[in-house]
Amino acid sequence: MYSVRQWSVRHARGLNAFYRSFERMLVRLHRLFEAIGYERLEKPVAFVERGVKGLLFDCQMCGQCALSSTGMSCPMNCPKTLRNGPCGGVRANGHCEVKPEMKCVWVEAYRGSGRIDGGIEAMAEVQFAVDQRLKGRSSWLRVVREKTGATGTAVPGGKA
Amino acid sequence: MRFEDEPVPGYPLPILPGHTSPGRLERVLRAGAFAVTTELAPPDSADPQEVYARARVFDGYADAINATDGSGANCHMSSVAVCALLTRVGYAPVMQISCRDKNRIAIQGDILGGAAMGVCNMLCLTGDGVQAGDHPQAKPVFDLDCVSLLGIARTLRDEHRFQSGRKVSYAPRVFLGAAANPSALPHEWRARRLAKKVEAGAQFVQTQYCYDLPLLRAYMREVEDLGLLGKVFILAGVGPLRSAKTADWMRKNVPGMHVPDSLIERLAGAKDQAREGREICVELIQAIREIRGISGVHVMAYRQEESVAEIIDRSGVLAGRVPWYPGRDARAAESNDAQPQDRTIT
Repeated sequence: MYSVRQWSVRHARGLNAFYRSFERMLVRLHRLFEAIGYERLEKPVAFVERGVKGLLFDCQMCGQCALSSTGMSCPMNCPKTLRNGPCGGVRANGHCEVKPEMKCVWVEAYRGSGRIDGGIEAMAEVQFAVDQRLKGRSSWLRVVREKTGATGTAVPGGKA
Repeated sequence: MRFEDEPVPGYPLPILPGHTSPGRLERVLRAGAFAVTTELAPPDSADPQEVYARARVFDGYADAINATDGSGANCHMSSVAVCALLTRVGYAPVMQISCRDKNRIAIQGDILGGAAMGVCNMLCLTGDGVQAGDHPQAKPVFDLDCVSLLGIARTLRDEHRFQSGRKVSYAPRVFLGAAANPSALPHEWRARRLAKKVEAGAQFVQTQYCYDLPLLRAYMREVEDLGLLGKVFILAGVGPLRSAKTADWMRKNVPGMHVPDSLIERLAGAKDQAREGREICVELIQAIREIRGISGVHVMAYRQEESVAEIIDRSGVLAGRVPWYPGRDARAAESNDAQPQDRTIT
């Protein structure tokens, strides 16, 4: 929902802090996840993630969440799905070129990033192109797998 | 500027040490000359002669010609094809690549194909949204954004491999560019956005129209503070405004375009508005040349292409230099000492 999404940007600092501790908790649960099996967990966790992040951020489930470096403004809501900052088409009122009724996702991201410690620096980091295979999959589980060096891959049937 | 190792038109120049492309634009910029680039609107036609006719109007005034890639999300001849036609006769095109219409498989193929056809400059763009053009019912692709496209193009050139990791046997020798818009929001972020593009691989940038000089100067100061001068050649975008009415329409309808009220008032008060628009453009170019860190201008004169020669001539930025065009050197040799007094070929 658009108004909730804007609320989330206004509360970027708190949400980011909450996510940091949530992520630490998830990482601690790694052994449990492994015992159950990451693939078995994929569907239910992705379901919850879609619900929570869908409500807060209009999350599009790209599977490679960048919210911490975009001031809690989901870049996948940009009609051009830009991952590295605003295009040159931002209107004089800060709204989107493609959807004039919507504030530019990246103008919002810049605002949200200013509220997070180190947010502006995080936004300046180059983000690589989205891996389309991860769409619809849980970003939370992928992060835990990456941080713990878990075996297997977050990409179904992938090498990466 | 006449290069000693000038090849037969259609063949590449040798790549000098420290250069990445065999192109004229990189040579002119690295030699420290104030460069002039301009833009060719690809025709709605399959006739190559229309492309050549559109290029000829810039003869002697442009170091490189951009071939737009479905600009404004409208359908035209493809930029790869326009560039291939232009390189055949020796022009130095800048092949624009937009992320709107192709995924990474098609785009990497175009980079190899364009380079194989002699394209030395490629401009990596995100592209306008499809809603802006004549096919709003089309699927917007945007598999990449301009920053990831720059990264992929650089990987192809420097590491000789596709994004997948698969090797290419002969890498594209290209000079990589990007766009920038100093006038768009958030202003404070724009220089950082450029830094990102430079980090990803941009060697030159061509900006959106810069009608607001204080805004451009502020942007350039930030660019300097971020330590980007010397890492990227910046060509400021300029163009003649046809009338106060068009200027007002453009700022309302062209994404990211900013024209200050003072300019519109000045146009409205002029007897011959089109002429005043060209005059403003000449003055802008002269002022831009004085801004530290700017290496050239990119003249966008959509539907007024024939005015580019006059504007550049009057601005004096070429300082007597005649950029290469098909037949330039033959003409010079023929007339030998009959060269025009004020424009020497050096």
